[in-house]
Amino acid sequence: MASRQFATFEVDGQLFGVEVHTVQEVLSYNEYTPVPLAPKAVGGLFNLRGQVIAAVDLRVQLGLARQALQGPVMNVILRGDGEPVSLLVDKIGEVVDLDDETFEPPPDTLSGPTRELVVGTFKLDGRLMLALDVNQAVDTYRATN
Amino acid sequence: MEDLGEIVGEFLMESHENLDQIDRDLVSLEQEPDSRDLISRIFRAIHTIKGTSGFLAFSRLEKLAHAGESLLSRLRDGVQPVTPETITVLLVTIDGVRSLLASIEEKGTESEVDIDSIIVKVNAQMNAPTEAKAEAPAAAAAPAAEAAPAADGEAPVPLDETPARPVPEPVAEQRQPLGQILVEAGAAQPGDVSTALQQQIEGDERKLGTILLDEGKTQPAAVNEALQSQAAPKRSIADSAIRVDVDLLDTLLNMVGELVLARNQLVRGVMEIGDSGLVRSAQRLGMITSELQAGIMKTRMQPIEHIWSKLPRVVRDLSNSLGKQVQLVMQGKDTELDRSLLEAVKDPLTHLVRNAVDHGIEDPERRAAAGKGTEGTLTLRAYHEGGHVAVEVADDGAGLDVDRIAAKAVEKGLLRPDQVANMDRRDIMAMVFQPGFSTAAKVTNVSGRGVGMDVVKTNIENIGGAVSVDSTPGEGTVWRLTIPLTLAIIQALTVDCGEHRYVVPQVAVLELVFIDGQSTKIEYASGAPVYRLRGKLLPLIRLDRALGLEVGGDQGVYIMVLQADGRRFGMVVDRVLNTEEVVVKALNTRFKDIGLYAGATILGDGKVGLILDVSSLARRSHLAVDSERENVVANSKASGEGKMQRLLVTAVGERRVAIPLDTVTRLEEFPKDRIEHAGSREVVQYRGQILPLVRLSHLLGAYGEEPEGDTVSVVVYSEGGRSVALVVDRIVDIAENSTAARRDAEEDGLVGTAVIQQRVTELLDVRRAILAADPNFYSDASDDMLVEA
Repeated sequence: MASRQFATFEVDGQLFGVEVHTVQEVLSYNEYTPVPLAPKAVGGLFNLRGQVIAAVDLRVQLGLARQALQGPVMNVILRGDGEPVSLLVDKIGEVVDLDDETFEPPPDTLSGPTRELVVGTFKLDGRLMLALDVNQAVDTYRATN
Repeated sequence: MEDLGEIVGEFLMESHENLDQIDRDLVSLEQEPDSRDLISRIFRAIHTIKGTSGFLAFSRLEKLAHAGESLLSRLRDGVQPVTPETITVLLVTIDGVRSLLASIEEKGTESEVDIDSIIVKVNAQMNAPTEAKAEAPAAAAAPAAEAAPAADGEAPVPLDETPARPVPEPVAEQRQPLGQILVEAGAAQPGDVSTALQQQIEGDERKLGTILLDEGKTQPAAVNEALQSQAAPKRSIADSAIRVDVDLLDTLLNMVGELVLARNQLVRGVMEIGDSGLVRSAQRLGMITSELQAGIMKTRMQPIEHIWSKLPRVVRDLSNSLGKQVQLVMQGKDTELDRSLLEAVKDPLTHLVRNAVDHGIEDPERRAAAGKGTEGTLTLRAYHEGGHVAVEVADDGAGLDVDRIAAKAVEKGLLRPDQVANMDRRDIMAMVFQPGFSTAAKVTNVSGRGVGMDVVKTNIENIGGAVSVDSTPGEGTVWRLTIPLTLAIIQALTVDCGEHRYVVPQVAVLELVFIDGQSTKIEYASGAPVYRLRGKLLPLIRLDRALGLEVGGDQGVYIMVLQADGRRFGMVVDRVLNTEEVVVKALNTRFKDIGLYAGATILGDGKVGLILDVSSLARRSHLAVDSERENVVANSKASGEGKMQRLLVTAVGERRVAIPLDTVTRLEEFPKDRIEHAGSREVVQYRGQILPLVRLSHLLGAYGEEPEGDTVSVVVYSEGGRSVALVVDRIVDIAENSTAARRDAEEDGLVGTAVIQQRVTELLDVRRAILAADPNFYSDASDDMLVEA
C-alpha cells in the first residue's frame, strides 16, 4: 500500500496539504518588505538567515482578501525550483501519512481559483484535505489579478 | 572531464594557457621578425605540447604539433625568414591544435578533427622559396650578441670548460644578469665584469661566466652558485602560488558578505547602547571585516590582460582581411577586475575592438589622403578611477559622423528633426547605443547589422557599469566602459519613501537637495515636476508615484540628483537616512519583469530592502531623450584624478580627521559657557545667527575625555546661506594630499582614509557627516534657526 506524507495547513478554515519533500521549513515571521508593482499575490520579502525570500499570499491565490501582515504570519517555505519560495498561510497543521486510496480527484463542484491550485482531495477522519499543486500555488503571474 | 583522468585534465588546462601565449607571441613575432627570443619561446611551447601528447598517445595532436615545430625550427635556425604568410600558417596550426584539444575535452577522442589539410599548408610553407636565405643567419647572430649578458642560458654555445650545470629553462624576464649576481656576491670585481661584457659585445662568443673563469677573475663554485640562483626565481613563484577552486572563493565571498551584514547590525546596535568600550570593539571588528573583505576580493581579482590577450589576434586577423594596417597598443594591462566582471566585459570589449578596426580606422589609402600614417593605432587603456575601472578603446580613425548619426536617428524615428538642432554632439553620438542603430554604409560580417552597440550597452549596464563615446572628426573615437570593481558589495544610500525604506546605489547619486518649500521648492511645468538646480531645470520623478504608492507632499522632502544612462534627473524621496555598504542579493526571478529593482539587500535592522535600479526608473518614468543629459566623460574629467587637495587636519579624540579646506568657512573658538541648548541640540549665537554645533567625536563614535579648557574649537561650514559648526578637539594643521592614496572607509560621513604626515587620517565628507548626524538638519536650520537671511 503506497502512502505519502503531507504537511498540512489551513487557509480560511479549509485544510490544504503539500507533500513533505517539497517543504524546506515552516516558520512564523513578522516583518515583510512589500514590493511595489509586484503581482498582487506577492505578500512581500523577508530575511531568512541572510537569504531574501519572496512570500506568496495563498489567500490572494485562492481569490480571498490579502493577509493583513500585521504581526506574525505563518510561512510554509517550499524548496522551489532553485530558489525557495514561501506560502503565507493562516495556521499550520500536522504532518499526516496518507494512503493513496484515500485520494480522489477534486470534486466537480469545486470551481474558481481554488480549482486550478488543487490536484485532488484526501479524505481524512472528519475532514477533507485539498492537495495543492505546488507550482501553481507559487505562480504569482496566474490570471487571478 | 572526470573520466579523462587528472593527467589529461592538467594537460588540457596547461595547453590552453600555452596556446593563448603562443597566439600573442606569434602576433608579436610578425612585428619583430628577428626576435629569436619569441621564436624560441613559441618553439618550446609547441614542443611541450608535442611531447606530452606523444606521451598521452594523442597521435594526431602529436603529428600536427610536430609539423608546426618543424616549420618553427626552420625559422629559428634562420633557414627561412618570418613572413606574414608563415605566421598565418602557424596561427592556423595553433587553431588546429585548439580544436583537437576541444575535441579531446568534449569527446575524449581526437579522431574527428581534420589535420591533414593544415599539415599540407605547413609543408607548402616549408618548401616555399626563400630569397632571404642569405641574410637570415646574419640576422640570427646579431640579437644573440646583444642579448648575451641577460639571455646567457639560451646561447647555443656549449659550456664545456666550466663545471656549472646548464640552466634547464631560461626565464629571461625574471633573471638577474650573471655578472650582477657575481658582483653582489663579492665573487667578481665590477670592473672585470664590464671588461668581459665589452669583450662579448666585440664579438667574443664565450659566455660571461666562461670569460671570467678563463681570465681567472672568479671561482668555478661561485659561477655555479650564481647560475643556480638565476634559475631560482621561477621555482619560488611556482612554490608560492596555488590553484584554488573558484567555487570555494565564491563561497568565501558570500560568507564575508554575511559578515559585513552582521557587522553592520552589530555596529548599529552598539551605537544605540553607546558604551564606549563596546563602540571601540565594534569599530575594530569593522576594520578587520573590511580588511578581510578586501583580501577575499583580491583573490578574485585578475588583471584585465586575461581578456585582452585574445585581442591582438582578433585585430590582426580582422585588419588583414580588411586590408588595413592596425597597430594595437595596450596600456594598463595589470589593472585588476573581479573575475565575474571580467567575463561579463569580455564580449562587449571584443565587439568594440572589432568595430573600431572595421569602422573606426580607415584603410591605408584613405589615411594617406587624410595626411595620416597608413598604419592606424588602436589603443586599449585600463585604469582605476574613483572606485571604478575605466576601460577605453581608442582609435585614431575618421571619428563618428555626427550629422549622419543625426540623420539616421531622425530616419529611424528616434529623434525629431527639431530636437537635433538643440542637441549636444555627444548626445547625438550616444544615439549609436540605441537598438537597431547602425550607420555603417555597408553591412559586413563583422559589424554594421545594428546589433552590437545596444548589446554592449545592455551588457555593461547589467553589471552596473556605463558606456560612453566621444569622438573628434578626423582624429578618432574613444569608447569608454566604466565598470564597478565588484558586484557583490556596493556603497548605497538608504532612503525613506512613504512607510518603506529603499536603497539607492551611491554611484548614481550626484548630490542631495532638501526642499523646504520656501527657499527651495518643486515647481510644475504643465504638470511635470521640475526643480531649478543652480539655474537649470532638473526633471523630477516622485519615487512614491513611480512605485504606485500614495503620493506625498512637496515640502520637507529630499531631491536626490541622479545620473543614469548619461541622463540627469531628480528623484523625490521623503528622507535620506545614511550611507552604508550593502551586500547585493539576487532578487527572486519573479520580480525581474518589474524591472525597477536591481536586487535586494538585508538592512541594518534585519529587514529586506529593495535596491532601486536607477536607470530603469528613469526609463519607466518616460524621461524623454531631450531631457537634460550630462555627458559622463566630461563629468568624470571635471572631477579630476590625482589632483592635490588642501585639507584641514583636526584631532578628534585619538583620531585625526581631515576636512577639505574649500568647504571650511572659518575657524573659531567658543567659550564653553556660550553653548546653549535648542531642543536636543547644542547651539551658539554667532554673528547674529544661531549656529548649531555638531560634535565630530559623537558622530564618529570617538568617545573620549572632553578636552580640558574653557573653550571649544569649531570649524564653521557654510553652504547655501546656512552654517553649521563642527566641534573638534583641536586644529592640527593644514596639509596637502593627493587623492590617490586613499582607502574607502565604511563609516558614515567619511570618504576614506589617507596617510597625512605619517598619521592615518580620516577624510570627512562634510555634507554627509551633517546629514548622518541629523537628517533633519537642513529643514530645521532653514525654518527657524537662521534668523538672518
